[in-house]
Amino acid sequence: MKRVYVNEEWCLGCHLCEYNCAFANSGMRDMAAALKGKPIYPRIHVEEGDRISYAVSCRHCTDPICVKSCIAGALKKEDGVIVIDRNRCVGCLTCVLVCPYGALTPGPDGVMQKCELCLNNSSGEPACVRGCPNRAIVYEEREAAK
Amino acid sequence: MKRYVIVGNGTAAAGAIEGIRDTDKEGSITVISEEMHPVYSRPLISYLLEGKTDEERMSYRDRDFYDRNGCSVIYGKKATGIRDDIREVYLSDGTVVPYDELLIATGSSPFVPPFKGLDTVEERYSFMTLDDALDLREAVKEDTRVFIVGGGLIGLKCAEGLSSITKDITVTDLQENILSSILDTASSKLMQNHLEENGITFLLGDSAERFEVDKAYMRTGKTVEFDVLVLAVGVRPNISLIKDIGGETGRAITVNCRMETSVPHIYAAGDCTETKDVSSGTVKVMALMPNAYMEGHTAGVNMAGGSSKFQGAIPMNSIGLFGLHAMTAGSYEGEAFEEVKEKSIKRLFTKDGLLKGFILVGADERAGIYTRMIRERIPLETVDFEMLKRTASTAAFGEKSRRRVFGGLI
Repeated sequence: MKRVYVNEEWCLGCHLCEYNCAFANSGMRDMAAALKGKPIYPRIHVEEGDRISYAVSCRHCTDPICVKSCIAGALKKEDGVIVIDRNRCVGCLTCVLVCPYGALTPGPDGVMQKCELCLNNSSGEPACVRGCPNRAIVYEEREAAK
Repeated sequence: MKRYVIVGNGTAAAGAIEGIRDTDKEGSITVISEEMHPVYSRPLISYLLEGKTDEERMSYRDRDFYDRNGCSVIYGKKATGIRDDIREVYLSDGTVVPYDELLIATGSSPFVPPFKGLDTVEERYSFMTLDDALDLREAVKEDTRVFIVGGGLIGLKCAEGLSSITKDITVTDLQENILSSILDTASSKLMQNHLEENGITFLLGDSAERFEVDKAYMRTGKTVEFDVLVLAVGVRPNISLIKDIGGETGRAITVNCRMETSVPHIYAAGDCTETKDVSSGTVKVMALMPNAYMEGHTAGVNMAGGSSKFQGAIPMNSIGLFGLHAMTAGSYEGEAFEEVKEKSIKRLFTKDGLLKGFILVGADERAGIYTRMIRERIPLETVDFEMLKRTASTAAFGEKSRRRVFGGLI
């Protein structure tokens, strides 16, 4: 299955992925109208350490601890993709407590949201990857890293 | 074809059903459910009171879960005994259910202390089951005075849930601090202030000496008048099925990491068990929904002849009350790093070169990064702990770890 992978040496720390993510999931047609002057709630975030930056989104783990931990049964694995039923989520943050990558965050309504690879929005493929100017994130099939 | 029997129909049972079916598609599964409901998310009962969920959405699995997994469910009956020599379970109505592999997933029951005069209180409730919540929702109206005994997770979630119906809620606890099982004094006070701002009244360090119909006479001399009483003092694991046949028990049923009890062909999972807390090395009852699922799943795989181990159990909690979240994990031993702000507290506990536990109130961002460090016992010397004190970030883990996690399938 294709997932979003990180080439950290290529990340410029420009945060464009965050904007493209927020826009793709806004359901709106115009990027400026969707994002300008508003707090954004992307499902990918740029981590910045010492002289390093990279974008983190859901790993779609083969053995997802968030799914096992969700108290509302709101997180599910469908064809390898971890998806959230936002109608069931009660915002208890148990998934935040267990996700080792910080990949789930509350949306503006307090309901959790996460990367679903843009498979359920108008982008159809990860908007973060499509808009990355330096191929610091890619969408492809890979084996387990050594 | 193996006959699997599961006593209990909660989260651990659901985990076991999925664990069995991951391994064995053929065997028969019989579930014995004392409650009349298909598996539902127990912690959601307070959200039901609040109107944030409903019975439909509270179901833990979809409607055809049992059919799809070839399970037959016996509702409204209680398992009263086991004969492990001939592998049979006996139900309250005399039904005999034979098994090849048996799972005890009986959970826990509310503990009701022997308060004097308790039987004179007609409007008396526990807060454990969906039926409790439905009854409470019936009983509490806009002007109902609610008195909750117990300022722990259950009592406070009940208070939050009911506060959307009535503003007259008083909570008492024997301890001076609310949430005393998971918070320290400072973080408990922070949470208490927040609850008081949201209209909850507290009587702490106090307890009811006796009850009289609609009055509680407190040890400190105060009197509390109420219309509805909720007892949320604590829970006791349901262990009698195993204890009665001489199986090993402590405070709860003793299991190994395969979720086997000391009795052959009998497994146990969920709130009725005790397991090793890897953060402290001690055996504890860690009655948490995520643990219940993972233990159930582990038991299921092993019952079906597969091989699975549940390791890395730690106590952990995420409790949100009126928008302020408290997250805790592990054990609070060793040296504490602390960051206190007006509306937040972060405490990280380290000992023997490991992160042992944390308390985060109003500071929950990416908390799972800390949880993983406790669970996997990641040595502090391999991470940038100074960075982690400031913010939970995977950047603190070094390039090799990042490459594995973000550069390949995990």
